[in-house]
Amino acid sequence: MARIIVVTSGKGGVGKTTTSAAIAMGLAKKGHKTAVIDFDVGLRNLDLIMGCERRVVYDFINVINGEASLNQALIKDKNCNLLYILAASQTRDKDALSQEGVGKVLEDLSKDFKYIVCDSPAGIERGAHLAMYFADDAFVVTNPEVSSVRDSDRMLGILSSKSRRAEQNKEPIKEYLLLTRYSPERVKLGEMLSVDDVQEILSLHLLGVIPESKSVLNASNSGIPVILDEKSDAGQAYADIVARYLGENKPHRFIDDKKGFFGKLFGGK
Amino acid sequence: MSLLDYFKTSKTSSASLAKERLQILVAHERVSKDQPTYLPQLQKELLEVIQKYVNVDRNSISVSFEQNDHQETLELNITLPEQQANKF
Repeated sequence: MARIIVVTSGKGGVGKTTTSAAIAMGLAKKGHKTAVIDFDVGLRNLDLIMGCERRVVYDFINVINGEASLNQALIKDKNCNLLYILAASQTRDKDALSQEGVGKVLEDLSKDFKYIVCDSPAGIERGAHLAMYFADDAFVVTNPEVSSVRDSDRMLGILSSKSRRAEQNKEPIKEYLLLTRYSPERVKLGEMLSVDDVQEILSLHLLGVIPESKSVLNASNSGIPVILDEKSDAGQAYADIVARYLGENKPHRFIDDKKGFFGKLFGGK
Repeated sequence: MSLLDYFKTSKTSSASLAKERLQILVAHERVSKDQPTYLPQLQKELLEVIQKYVNVDRNSISVSFEQNDHQETLELNITLPEQQANKF
């Protein structure tokens, strides 16, 4: 049986797809056969972030509708042979997703995969509901910013009431906080909510902090998940997150302002 | 952050303002999340009926809804004015 992870946030633009791509790659790199699914039907983007946009022939909706088999639609990642991508349809709309259809695809994938990462669309509509409905674990991606924190809290409410686990009275979905686009310097200046602030408001287990980093845009520009940029801070932060999720003991990094005296004096990065 | 930043006067930080606003908002939204959607309308209509007989204002009536495992409780709390003045 596979473990199903939903990457969710409510708010758009906080880093769901970046996170989905990075953790799916991280899990596969650790030796676990992993599938990552784009639930953003109509506005697919995971294929671009994974760098496989020109290899999409069949998509998630094709599989649900029986127009293609799972094996035909799964795209093998070019950097890791244990990672597969299931792209969203670009032409259909979100109503093409049915609960039975999604459930069947996840059940079939579960037979062969260790982890299934569901990249949720923004919002709280059908695609987002179905991305989280079957989940075992939820990665709540949050920016240290008021609207993102509020939306995350709203998602937590939905996760606890409108999931398969909730409906079947099973153990609830495990929820983890991933704080992205974090800037320790701005926190120090009192210009940004701190990790502690966000944790206090959401009362969530912190899986990791991803610092604001140039490497994220560089990675998406080139279609390579940022976790493969092992020299970058964001890449290392995602690697830590994967390790922590798998039960390794990794102290948190990228939370404090490490810039030295001269750095502070002259500014810049 | 550069040398100049050290000379800036420190006002109340915007981050602490953000935290305070969020704590209030989130607490409020968590309470109202599980409530039935008819609650505000119920409160309004109850107030109208009560006001026909007793001189109470909006703030002296509260309707709350609580839910535990197998029981739902609707609590209605009306604070009557000290001198019960009959309108008629």
